[in-house]
Amino acid sequence: MTTDLSRPAERDLTRLARRWEGLILVLLVGVAGWAALGVDGFANTSNVSFLLLDTTEIALMALTMTLVIVAAEIDLSVASTLGLSCAVLGWLWNAGLPIEAIMPICLLVGAVCGAFNGLLVTRLGLPSLAVTIGTFALFRGLAYVMLGDQAVADLPPAYTSLATSSIGPVPLMTVLVAVLAAVAAVVLHATGLGRSIFALGSNEEAAYFSGIRVKRIKFWLFVASGVMASLASLVYTFRYASARADNGVGLELAVVAAVLLGGVSIFGGRGTLPGVLMAVLLLGVVRNALILADVANEVLNFVTGLLLVASVLAPNLGAIRRRRTSPPLEGKSVS
Amino acid sequence: MEDTPVLSLSQVSKAFGAVRAVREVSLDLYAGEAHALAGENGAGKSTLVKILSGVHQPDAGRILLDGEPVEFGGPANAQQAGVAVIYQEPTLFPDLSVMENIFMGRQPRSRFGIDRRAMRTAAAELFARLGVQLEPDRPARGLSIADQQLVEIAKALSRQARVLIMDEPTAALSGKEVARLFGVAEALRGQGCALLFISHRLEEIFKLCQRVTVLRDGGFVASHPIADITPDDLVRRMVGRELESLFPKQETDTGEVALSVRRLTREGIFTDVSFEVRRGEIVALAGLVGAGRSEVARAVFGIDRWDAGSVEVDGRRLRPASPTAAMAAGLALVPEDRRQQGLVMDLSIERNIGLAGLAALHKGPLISRPAERERARDWAVRLRLKFARLTDPVNVLSGGNQQKVVLAKWLARRPSVLIVDEPTRGIDVATKAEVHRLLSELAGSGVAVLMISSELPEVLGMADRVLVMHEGRLVAELDRAAATEESVMAAATGRSVT
Repeated sequence: MTTDLSRPAERDLTRLARRWEGLILVLLVGVAGWAALGVDGFANTSNVSFLLLDTTEIALMALTMTLVIVAAEIDLSVASTLGLSCAVLGWLWNAGLPIEAIMPICLLVGAVCGAFNGLLVTRLGLPSLAVTIGTFALFRGLAYVMLGDQAVADLPPAYTSLATSSIGPVPLMTVLVAVLAAVAAVVLHATGLGRSIFALGSNEEAAYFSGIRVKRIKFWLFVASGVMASLASLVYTFRYASARADNGVGLELAVVAAVLLGGVSIFGGRGTLPGVLMAVLLLGVVRNALILADVANEVLNFVTGLLLVASVLAPNLGAIRRRRTSPPLEGKSVS
Repeated sequence: MEDTPVLSLSQVSKAFGAVRAVREVSLDLYAGEAHALAGENGAGKSTLVKILSGVHQPDAGRILLDGEPVEFGGPANAQQAGVAVIYQEPTLFPDLSVMENIFMGRQPRSRFGIDRRAMRTAAAELFARLGVQLEPDRPARGLSIADQQLVEIAKALSRQARVLIMDEPTAALSGKEVARLFGVAEALRGQGCALLFISHRLEEIFKLCQRVTVLRDGGFVASHPIADITPDDLVRRMVGRELESLFPKQETDTGEVALSVRRLTREGIFTDVSFEVRRGEIVALAGLVGAGRSEVARAVFGIDRWDAGSVEVDGRRLRPASPTAAMAAGLALVPEDRRQQGLVMDLSIERNIGLAGLAALHKGPLISRPAERERARDWAVRLRLKFARLTDPVNVLSGGNQQKVVLAKWLARRPSVLIVDEPTRGIDVATKAEVHRLLSELAGSGVAVLMISSELPEVLGMADRVLVMHEGRLVAELDRAAATEESVMAAATGRSVT
């Protein structure tokens, strides 16, 4: 018998994942360094503040998206939920409600959107990909029904300036992201709920046989995703001082791209929150640097898409290579 | 026999990275002979089968077909050479008919396309040659595993297979089905087929085969005519040391009733099942595959809903369809399908062991890493788990060690009732004995054990009482003295017990 008791236990994420996060970190530092040297106007405090502020909505939604994708589901309706929540905000504001009453209603709208997704997935057993493509159109359509193409812009300055305010060089919204990221990271990596999410994302049946309440957890993850999208909608609306039905169109792709680039497996069961945060930053830096360098918007999308494909492909290349060369380890113990 | 072997391996080696899976193994398969390949899990049996079937190419050594060296570049080459493999769980196209599965890609043709009548006749002829009854037109969906294997065998036969490799074909079969499969194997042997048979059940090897080759840790140990060797010798060769008695159930005093199942019914699956298991008792649930044993276990544990009846654990009535409630009451289930239901294969050993008891690992709102590690290490050592690091994913472990992780996961909860479903299926002889000893110790410490097993020697050796199911009903309850191979089989096949 060979029991190695000396080595301190590590997170059971594979070496690949750890290497992957290392790679993202190196890329982040490399791209930021390149931008600082080669792109005019990148390396100054106001630009870095703006860069951070500009990633707020993506970062917020990426937090819950990470949990959802680790659980082997996906929520493509987040940006539409954001849009619907913006529309509700604008509509109620036009109707004369105080903003303090509107904000909790918006969060509630997000929760209802998430619960709708969650019910369809867990109670009816529908695949979340199909369900949330449907609600992607449904929620956005509802937003247009409510607000049409009008922009509600006369929002209270107290809130619009709060959304863009800073503590020193650090945007207030970045502090919000940091706090929520810490909460999400602790939940995913240091609680029984997190352990359960990894287990059910990797093998739902075995998780169920272990007494994990699979459906309940998935339902609440969708609700959390919806609430987070509406929280992002509040930030978005106040930051741009404009509530429109088309707020945040296409953001779901940026969110999913960041999560996958951060090393979360599209098949579930694998990933870390720090990796995702680094990927959010990396995408933010790339976008910011390319804009400053006057690169066309189409090229921006191309680069984002390229990174997304690379992030899905790279871990699987590793797996394919491993499958070809790895020994069947049955019955072997390594001393 | 002075014949040339149909297929032989000569000094074949195969390594994967640093691991030498097979080292200089030779094997001769003769026409009309059934040859057993014996060895523990990890001995190299699967690798050898994959070399013979063209999946892997050997690094050294030669493959000889009728005495002539050949190279199998891929499974298609091996198939052309007349080598066919029947796996434990065949993979048929469920929506195609039996005959379409047999003639997949080689359908007989008429002027207007596929000649279904010719196909039907040919399939019927194949089944006649095998001496079995199967309807060529029925869809493959819903066939028992045993019937699916027969379809695979018919397919092999239709391709003029001369060498039939059966890789643990009996693991999921009931006694009657094994007998039928052996009948087919005998018929094939009579028609000049060479058979290579792999099984963990020694009595099957002795029943079916004329020759046995033993592997240990990838190396060749011995090859004997079966008549020259006893089962005890064979086990010694396989494990390289003496084994304690295979079924060491000790006599224990039984206590009060821990699990009480009353008139449990799930429509169309099982009906009116009532039994009790007392503390310190091992009760076996015997029966043919498909008799409803696993289904009863699943319902009792709350995986499936039941339609009528009740389940009590230590006098407390269970809420139906809730594994969480069953666990809180002290129930544990080591499920039938270790890889799919028992373990999360990608997760580490320690996380798997912790998975069923996450609440106990919390310190405040957070998981205590030291507690998680301690719990895993404690049970890994107690169950003599062979592992490198607790952080390794369980899929690097052998089948037997994986089963130990499943057991550790549930024992760490200190259950008062333990249900084990086929606890030793597909695991090697040495680990099997350890699992038996463990179950016996658990019963000795006052746990009520309900064991589902398709292996009669295991049932008879371990159980204080044997319950037998037939077609969804509990048809017999036999105490240790009354339980014999004959009485259990009689009840399991629906004959009345006298």
